[in-house]
Amino acid sequence: MSLLLFAVVGLVAVASGIAVFVVDSMARATFALALSFVAVGVEILLLDLAYLGVITILMMVMEMAIMAVFMVMYMMNPAGLMPMSMMHNKRGALIISSAAFVVLAAGSLLVPWPSRSGSAPPDLTRAVGDAIMGSKMLVMIAVSAVLFATMVSAIVLATARGRYDS
Amino acid sequence: MTLDAFLLLGSALFAVGLFGALSQQSVVMLMMGLELMLNGVIVAVAAFWYFVAPAQPDGQVLLLVVITAMTVEMAMGFAVVTLLFRTKDADVTDMAAEFKQ
Repeated sequence: MSLLLFAVVGLVAVASGIAVFVVDSMARATFALALSFVAVGVEILLLDLAYLGVITILMMVMEMAIMAVFMVMYMMNPAGLMPMSMMHNKRGALIISSAAFVVLAAGSLLVPWPSRSGSAPPDLTRAVGDAIMGSKMLVMIAVSAVLFATMVSAIVLATARGRYDS
Repeated sequence: MTLDAFLLLGSALFAVGLFGALSQQSVVMLMMGLELMLNGVIVAVAAFWYFVAPAQPDGQVLLLVVITAMTVEMAMGFAVVTLLFRTKDADVTDMAAEFKQ
């Protein structure tokens, strides 16, 4: 049952990921990407990671909602009323990405991965919370500093009359 | 469900994202490609945690870092697109490549 769910959701994730670069409309591309992210969130839920799966889904849905706004702002064809292609070097990109897939797939099938050691703690959310507030606190400190720096630098870059206006 | 299957899914998502990041002209579409690549990484990290070392929380913490990286990439990408558009009216990479100062 879970195998079937994994296969179906995985197919949805990859197919909607491909659809992002195939559909004409930018709005449709954004929602295809959102569908792909939700599918990946479901795959994470299948691995018992309830907390991380749910925050992935919530965060990505919000992110795609913001992205749709930017799409309408900056793209020339947000509604997809005229078919168009905005690609360069499609052949080269196809060759490089196919080669990357072949290498990664061969690696994932051929490398003798270590077998499972230990079993998951009963409360996974508590385990990750204990980790980032205990032994892995440096990660949390670094992430919070990076997020703060991102907020400041994004505003500095995007503001109309900032330090670097010409 | 096996580790191989999850890694294959991650590889497929990564390859699709790589295609998008290399082929798209629009900066926003290019960022979608980068997001898809990180999406593949998320699947692979979660699968490694589950199938290799579920007793330690390390995999989950790494997953949090990757999700944060995705958010940061998105915020900075939009800021740079806004800056490009505001200063040069450019929203495609080929136009941005022609900038000379």
